[in-house]
Amino acid sequence: MAANRHTCDTSTRPYVLEVRGVAKAFAGVQALAGVGLGVYAGEVHALVGENGAGKSTLMKIVAGLEPADAGELWRQGRRVHVRHPAEARRLGMAMIHQELMPFPDLSVAENLLIGHEPAGRWTGWIDRRRLHAAAAGLLDRLGADWSPETRMGDLGVAEQQLVEIARALAHRAEVVIMDEPTAALAGREVARLFGVIGELRQQGVAVIYISHKIEEVLRLADRVTVLRDGRSLGTYPIGTVNRERLIALMVGRELGTTATQQPAREGPVALAVRGLGRAGKFDEISFQLRQGEVLGLAGLMGAGRTDLAHALAGLEPAERGEIWVQGRPVRLDHPRVALDRGIALVSEDRKRYGLVLCLPAQHNLTLANLRRCCRGAFIRPREENRVADERLGALGVRPARRLQPVQFLSGGNQQKVALAKALFTEPQILILDEPTRGIDIAAKADVYALVAELARAGKAILLISSELPELLTLSHRILVLRAGRLAAELDPRRTTQEEILQYAMPAS
Amino acid sequence: MRPQDSRPSVGGTRRLLCAAKGGGTDRSWLTRYGLVLALVAMSTLLFLAKPNFLTLGNLVNVLRQISINGILAVGVTYVLLAGGVDLSLGSLVALTGVVAASFAHPGEYPLIVPVGMGVLTGMACGTLNGLVVTRGGVAPFIVTLGMMTAARGLALVLSGGRPVSNLSPAFTRLGSGDWLGVPIPVLLLAAVAVCSYLLLANVRLGRYLYAVGGNEDAARAAGLRVASIKTFAYAVCGAFAGLAGVVLAARITTGQPNAGIGYELDAIAAVVMGGTSLSGGVGGVGGTVLGALLIGVINNGLDLLNVSSCYQQIVKGLIIVSAVWLDRRARRRRTA
Repeated sequence: MAANRHTCDTSTRPYVLEVRGVAKAFAGVQALAGVGLGVYAGEVHALVGENGAGKSTLMKIVAGLEPADAGELWRQGRRVHVRHPAEARRLGMAMIHQELMPFPDLSVAENLLIGHEPAGRWTGWIDRRRLHAAAAGLLDRLGADWSPETRMGDLGVAEQQLVEIARALAHRAEVVIMDEPTAALAGREVARLFGVIGELRQQGVAVIYISHKIEEVLRLADRVTVLRDGRSLGTYPIGTVNRERLIALMVGRELGTTATQQPAREGPVALAVRGLGRAGKFDEISFQLRQGEVLGLAGLMGAGRTDLAHALAGLEPAERGEIWVQGRPVRLDHPRVALDRGIALVSEDRKRYGLVLCLPAQHNLTLANLRRCCRGAFIRPREENRVADERLGALGVRPARRLQPVQFLSGGNQQKVALAKALFTEPQILILDEPTRGIDIAAKADVYALVAELARAGKAILLISSELPELLTLSHRILVLRAGRLAAELDPRRTTQEEILQYAMPAS
Repeated sequence: MRPQDSRPSVGGTRRLLCAAKGGGTDRSWLTRYGLVLALVAMSTLLFLAKPNFLTLGNLVNVLRQISINGILAVGVTYVLLAGGVDLSLGSLVALTGVVAASFAHPGEYPLIVPVGMGVLTGMACGTLNGLVVTRGGVAPFIVTLGMMTAARGLALVLSGGRPVSNLSPAFTRLGSGDWLGVPIPVLLLAAVAVCSYLLLANVRLGRYLYAVGGNEDAARAAGLRVASIKTFAYAVCGAFAGLAGVVLAARITTGQPNAGIGYELDAIAAVVMGGTSLSGGVGGVGGTVLGALLIGVINNGLDLLNVSSCYQQIVKGLIIVSAVWLDRRARRRRTA
């Protein structure tokens, strides 16, 4: 498959930025396994891949936000070390983030030139006239027509993004990295952004463009590099690929053939949802989940999967629609209500919603159902210890770990504590949001076995995952979310990763 | 659009602090030893310089001196554990002292009335603090700063700006009497500390306080009623401030509307020296009592050494900061 790698690049133009053999592991999970990438001046170089393929990690390394475990960066033929975002900036590389980070209460000009204000050398007194003139010049280059004195917070997302790009130009960036820049933009704003990117290309700036939107990539990029599972599958001139080919590369055929093993069981309906909606997050979601069933929920980042999970767990209640649990209508407006109805969530954001990091594992385990270890209001330490031995032991967490604050545990053990905590509430309906994110292979296998076992025991499971092989293997049915709405319901025995992605990708 | 964090991030320190605690069962003995060692070292030095430091009379004196600060510190431990702060304590001491004294004239009411009124007034103010923080979403610093000002004003209004005097002997005995040779304020502190220790270590609500202070989002996701739990912490803190106000009024035999200025800071200093994190979720009452003791020994020692009260304040300030700094440094090394 990598046969045609670089075959079209017969030119001997030097790379303005080259990445060689970059590797990076998080808590034992290999996010990048020796990725190479070469970028020319004045090209738009797209970087595509599934969630978790390593795109953002790679760019964070280039931008100095994460250190690499191995590998080299070459900038215009010279080896460079980027240990800090300021170094990346000095080397002429700038990143426009998915989540913009401006100072909303400062003016556009102040945001643009922060850290580089024209100021008296000794007094530090800022020369406002020069500041505004410099900012106006930068904004002009991008065709922005608002005043540099505008308050940053008064601008829309698209305009803030342009300011970020202008800021990159202010630092004389020659390589600009854009991570999902169109994610929050409307059609007209996208067109303007593309215009700006065209301008940058004209001016000889190299743009590295990360996107999920294949159509955008095909329309905008000169070349595209595909990442999968932390490896590069090669760089292709845009004329040599099409949508189907790119998706096939992103997914990888050898993984696409795994079939589901368990037969679907026909239990009674545990959870029914009709017309569920929450402004700006998801809308018109209807489905049924039966006991003993694993219902997979696929979708890209930002498609509303986690928001839906939060609505069902009572964290951020839905605004419209109805929810029935075991045939009875419920209003899930607090996690307590959801837990009392037998719904437990294992959040994708373990550190925020899953665990109290400074509490020991066993206190986390019992937190959502502490009553079980109590007589009256008093905690029975012996009972709590016994429960911890039993529950954490069953998931293979060593006894010595029980009393350690969970922040000192590995990602895999943390996830097991989070799972055990949810299971300790004895839920009938279990929502697993990215249950294998950031954990190692062995822990993943444990989680898979647990999911299958729970389903056999009659629990209803809603499984959210960006790892499509995982979804295909574990689920009895798969729902695909796209931009907050249900795009398809698929049978994992008859579908493929390609088909899921076709439904998940926004049609533009 | 930008990630919203309810609490300013103090990542590194916080993680280190977290290492030292665990809702009552997994306290770091090293941390505790550090404080105990400081206490022993300080006492030994004082004994060498002034042998009369180690007389029973003087030690009881130290305990009596720390009792009011100790009660306040135990109360504010709840609030700090839950991730908040309470600056209104000093004013609450004055307000509740005035209220209690107003009901404590000889021959008017049985003792339970002035004491109860003082404690309930404090609890009411604390509850109000908690409700505005949790339901109104105003930062605890601001809410309790407002309460600090308002409660002081209320104390002045209720007392007409004059000390409330002519108190019954039964009431003043709460401040100056003793029982089996132990001063009553010390007994009250002991009772408050022991009950709080048991509650924080062994009662469900205590565990929930740690969880809410450690990670509010995760606590809510685990089904805890975060707002009620936090409000409870402020209410307890207010009630203890009320008790401290009663004891102070009894001891100085007047309800003083100008009493208690700056007491909140001494209380918070004791809690922080005791290893409780200012960002919540970490710590406990045991450390708080040790912290209060250490401050008491410092005060007493400087008195014995005839250091003028102006210099005392400077020395105390330096010692508080260096004690906490040393403690944090030691822990950092241990976890690194």
